[in-house]
Amino acid sequence: MSVSLTVKDRRKLSGQYGGAAKLAMSILIRMAEVYGAPELMDVTQAHIDGCALMCDSGLEFAETLVARGARVSVPTTLNMIPLDLQNWRRQGVPSEFANKANRIASAYTEMGCVPTWTCAPYQGYLTPRFGQQIAWGESNAIVYANSVLGARTNRYGDYMDICAAITGRVPKSGLHLKRNRKGQILLRLVDIAPQLLRDDTLYVALGHFTGGLVQEKVPVIEGLPVDATGDQLKALGAAAASSGAVALFHALGVTPEAHTLKEAFQGNTPESVIDVGLSDLRRAWSELSTADEGVKLDAIVLGCPHFSYAEFQQLAQAIEAEGGRSLHPGLRIIVLTSQTSYALLQRGNFMNTLLNFGIEIVLDTCVLHSPIISSDAEVIMTNSGKCAYYAPGELGVQVAFGSMRDCVRSAIEGAVCWGRTVWKGP
Amino acid sequence: MERTLIGKPLVAGSAEGRAIVSTQPLSFWGGLSPRTGEVIDRRHERSGAIVTGKIFVFPQGKGSSTSSAVLMEGIRAGTAPAAIITARVDPILALGAIVADELYHKTVPVVVLSQEDFDSIDEGDYLVIEHDGRIKVRPAEGKWA
Repeated sequence: MSVSLTVKDRRKLSGQYGGAAKLAMSILIRMAEVYGAPELMDVTQAHIDGCALMCDSGLEFAETLVARGARVSVPTTLNMIPLDLQNWRRQGVPSEFANKANRIASAYTEMGCVPTWTCAPYQGYLTPRFGQQIAWGESNAIVYANSVLGARTNRYGDYMDICAAITGRVPKSGLHLKRNRKGQILLRLVDIAPQLLRDDTLYVALGHFTGGLVQEKVPVIEGLPVDATGDQLKALGAAAASSGAVALFHALGVTPEAHTLKEAFQGNTPESVIDVGLSDLRRAWSELSTADEGVKLDAIVLGCPHFSYAEFQQLAQAIEAEGGRSLHPGLRIIVLTSQTSYALLQRGNFMNTLLNFGIEIVLDTCVLHSPIISSDAEVIMTNSGKCAYYAPGELGVQVAFGSMRDCVRSAIEGAVCWGRTVWKGP
Repeated sequence: MERTLIGKPLVAGSAEGRAIVSTQPLSFWGGLSPRTGEVIDRRHERSGAIVTGKIFVFPQGKGSSTSSAVLMEGIRAGTAPAAIITARVDPILALGAIVADELYHKTVPVVVLSQEDFDSIDEGDYLVIEHDGRIKVRPAEGKWA
């Protein structure tokens, strides 16, 4: 099958728009064949994940594009990079590593991308609008953009994102087309107590469960409260895009393409209907941890995806609720965030609560991509399903998953501490 | 006895080697080390296995959009599998192999099989992948003994 190209596509492919556009276009055309797309279509915004991984090939690809004159043709934001640009020396990051990370960062800003350096671009600058055709990388950002915002993107991997940004084109396929955005599997939450439906950890457990169950299919979740917060849906999506390949979910009455079941399924019948009860979610909750209660902790990691202002506020409240008890000596409590949220935090009135407790704020990057946590660390704790999923492999640690309050209490105790929770079972 | 399966090549190329088979999806980032070729997803049934030089047979990718970068880095470093066979089209894995091809003129074939043919490959089978997506399967020694 061959992909039908416009005159302008052909000019890009033949090099009339420069060597970078030529390389980008030939990758896009090969990918259009993979997707089975008959032609390409326009996108009006991009988010680049290709700057996230420290690796030689990624650096060489980005510098090759720059050398061939690459410029993005649509507004383009950047994912986190493998370096906290302000604080890396203090974090003990080797300068050779920092130099390479800086070269990756410079290559992408050189191409005209906006230096947002965040994996939560939907909570910062250039948030896409409903129905907007975009090319986004970063699994958690993809699922948020599709599901919560109603923008349209496929799961674009590293380096297709920058090819789309340079050419303004993607294969016309998948979730860019309305018909492919219909729900496929109906998940009905049954017998979940109303207070639990407001608990942040429910969204993580549900996301982890959903991803493992549906893999790449589009689930429709029935039973979430209409006032579920953006941060809760962000946690759900990030977990589902780690245990599975979820790029879009609908939450009935909550997300913008699912006012009714009929709308969510576009008038079709679900392929399957599955009731999700407390026991399913308890199993998911416990699968997220590999460490046991009482085990000594080396670090606590919050902000995966990057913390929002509201999450900082919640953290300050959790610390205040402990009535002045202090961080266990030697234990690090790290919060990952963007410069955008940090700017708000600096203007808020609870920064001192965080700093006095000993919170370390890490900007622009992530502990899974930048060597911030010592390689001697054995156990970490997090409130993130995504971090809990990947940390054992990427950091070689045991991980405990808990709520933000569990994390703060454990930070004080110096050991994994869940307290009394509905998740541990009756 | 040798038999031939007809696959769809997402990234064409020829390769041969022993099959390393899993029934579970895998995210290459957070799941496969481009430095060592080891499966590092500690929740995965093949955690600890080395895929370098083997034909990695698993149903599909999942998880991170950085998986394409991990595959390309593995191709550059020589730690990648010799080829990838999946049961479903996974654009992110194909992408890593395509960008490596465009940048380094070096790649690994990525072939999709029907579920039935996918299920017929066993651990240790010797596979010969041809440019057009045909896969010759020689059963692992002792399989029929």
